[in-house]
Amino acid sequence: MTSTTSTLEPGQHRIKAHSDGAFVPVQTRSERFASTEVADFEAVTGAEAVWKLTPVRKLSALLDGPLDGSAHPLDARTGDGVTIEWVGRDDARIGSAGVPEDRGSANAWSGFEQALAITVAGEGREATVVRSELGTAARAAHTVITAAPQSTGIVILENRGSAVLAENVEIVVGDGAQLTVVSVQDWADDALHLASHFAQIGRDAKLKHVVVSFGGEVVRVNPSGHLTSEGGDVELLGLYFSDAGQHLEQQVYVDHDAPHTRSRVNYKGALQGEGARSVWIGDVLIRQSATGTDSYEQNRNLVLSDGTRADSIPNLEIETGDIAGAGHASATGRFDDEQLFYLQARGISEEEARRLVVKGFLAEIVQQIGAPELEERLLGAIEAELAAAQGA
Amino acid sequence: MSTLEIKDLHVSVETDQGTKQILRGVDLTINQGETHAIMGPNGSGKSTLAYTIAGHPKYTVESGSILLDGEEVTDMSVDERARAGLFLAMQYPVEIPGVTVQNFLRTAKTAIDGEAPAIRSWIKDVRSSMEQLRMDPAFAERNVNEGFSGGEKKRHEILQLELLKPKFAVLDETDSGLDVDALKIVSEGVNRVKQDTGLGLLLITHYTRILRYIRPDFVHVFVAGKVAEQGGPELADRLEDEGYDRFLGASA
Ligand SMILES: Nc1ncnc2c1ncn2[C@@H]1O[C@H](COP(=O)(O)OP(=O)(O)O)[C@@H](O)[C@H]1O
Ligand SMILES: [Mg+2]
Repeated sequence: MTSTTSTLEPGQHRIKAHSDGAFVPVQTRSERFASTEVADFEAVTGAEAVWKLTPVRKLSALLDGPLDGSAHPLDARTGDGVTIEWVGRDDARIGSAGVPEDRGSANAWSGFEQALAITVAGEGREATVVRSELGTAARAAHTVITAAPQSTGIVILENRGSAVLAENVEIVVGDGAQLTVVSVQDWADDALHLASHFAQIGRDAKLKHVVVSFGGEVVRVNPSGHLTSEGGDVELLGLYFSDAGQHLEQQVYVDHDAPHTRSRVNYKGALQGEGARSVWIGDVLIRQSATGTDSYEQNRNLVLSDGTRADSIPNLEIETGDIAGAGHASATGRFDDEQLFYLQARGISEEEARRLVVKGFLAEIVQQIGAPELEERLLGAIEAELAAAQGA
Repeated sequence: MSTLEIKDLHVSVETDQGTKQILRGVDLTINQGETHAIMGPNGSGKSTLAYTIAGHPKYTVESGSILLDGEEVTDMSVDERARAGLFLAMQYPVEIPGVTVQNFLRTAKTAIDGEAPAIRSWIKDVRSSMEQLRMDPAFAERNVNEGFSGGEKKRHEILQLELLKPKFAVLDETDSGLDVDALKIVSEGVNRVKQDTGLGLLLITHYTRILRYIRPDFVHVFVAGKVAEQGGPELADRLEDEGYDRFLGASA
């Protein structure tokens, strides 16, 4: 079984693994159709493998409609060693990390007029780009983040306010570079957001990629990491908190394409309220070329109320016999009663104990970001989500 | 002076095979300042008694009562019991991911006292208690019980005992899995708390080893869900020599 709804049987309250066997996908992930032209994709019906868990009817403006591809309003904060500029479609950096694999992503690619290019050079660099005034007209956006060889830094993309947005984010991590990219979706309740992130990781380079989704009506962020060179390392982390009526989705893909590459995928989510939904699909492909690969992916969901649904589907494809390790885990469950008992036995009320447990569950991801100020704010945002959900 | 009275306590648990009777009429009275040892073979129901006092939801009180200064404890929620002054040092403390020891201790102290502790003296108290339990200060930043060794978990339980200052504490096999050095450190901690606060102790153990470091005033032998025999410290010495065979034979 690869998905659960929150209608658990009585007594089945401990987190329980429900997907640990080998999983054989129908079609190998590497053969999926890809194109930058929206016209190359059929109209979306909702029956397609990549759309079948997504509320596509709410997304017609982004899947079919014309998109405003002009430069969008933003507020950027950067220190030394980071440049941010708008560039035309003919910029050489565009198209260096990936090609759309679904119609929404292709529509954004066909539709953007200017791309935001963020370039990190040197060590210990920081940049934050805040988008809070995108408005309710359907838009296309394109961003290219480039980390120069041997550079280190963090790029934070923060999203607030209303938006109807389809976008592609390309991330190119140069040889020996260490880059962290965090995308925070703290949208207003009515936001619709389709994003594909394509990362190309160079030789002995490392990317830490974090998707944090709290707000928005439908938010689908699909990150992929392509390990094309020896010694490449990618960590794909995510956390989400789905409230009543929200759909938060992430389709994660790791493509091991070179020897001695490493990947870790860890997504954690909480769901609370009628109609709160989450989707996590994690594809890991270890190609014949990727000998000595070490990979692990997991998704855990904490169900806080009735009426929610969490789909969690790990897929692992291995084409070589010579791997260092490969594993996956997926679990969806209610509170661990033993944790609540332990906290309550120390005088902590049930309500506060629940809050601590949920916050701790999600904090495990926050603690790994490595940006104290952002971590502090995200923990605050989790508190706010919990308070809002409990007040509701 | 406070008193914890357990009267004719019958407790069951739901299992896949149906309801299982575990405690079959336990009678026990502990006054503040007294140390009672409960000794018994594995499976005799010692942990069940401990969990029932703390209010674990798995255990159902069929009849009997637990009174703290005359107040019915079995009517209280788990956290109310803790705030009323009861403490259970667990045999198997659970991990709580993402919750640091520091945050946990402060939250618990605030809940027990009904107000946040004064920052300065609190930090000092935590530090000195950790020092005496030979816990590295780095523990404060770690997540509760996550990756702790068996001995570290037990020290962390005693750290909580010292900081939360209950009227009565049940220590469920705090000695098991400890080497001699750790056992000494933990026992010293318990004795120190007893000296400072004069609490009543219910010391659950399978072995007599810990009773060399923490002297009991009373010893109760627990067999098949109830107290089979009681006496003074000399009873522990007899058990050390004879084992539980005599009691097991009698109950079989
Ligand atoms: N939650 C439970 N579910 C099923 N059986 C239990 C449970 N707790 C205790 N028991 C059973 O009750 C008996 C007493 O257990 P316990 O109280 O743990 O004993 P002790 O601590 O003395 O070793 C044992 O037979 C044990 O298997
Ligand atoms: Mg026991």
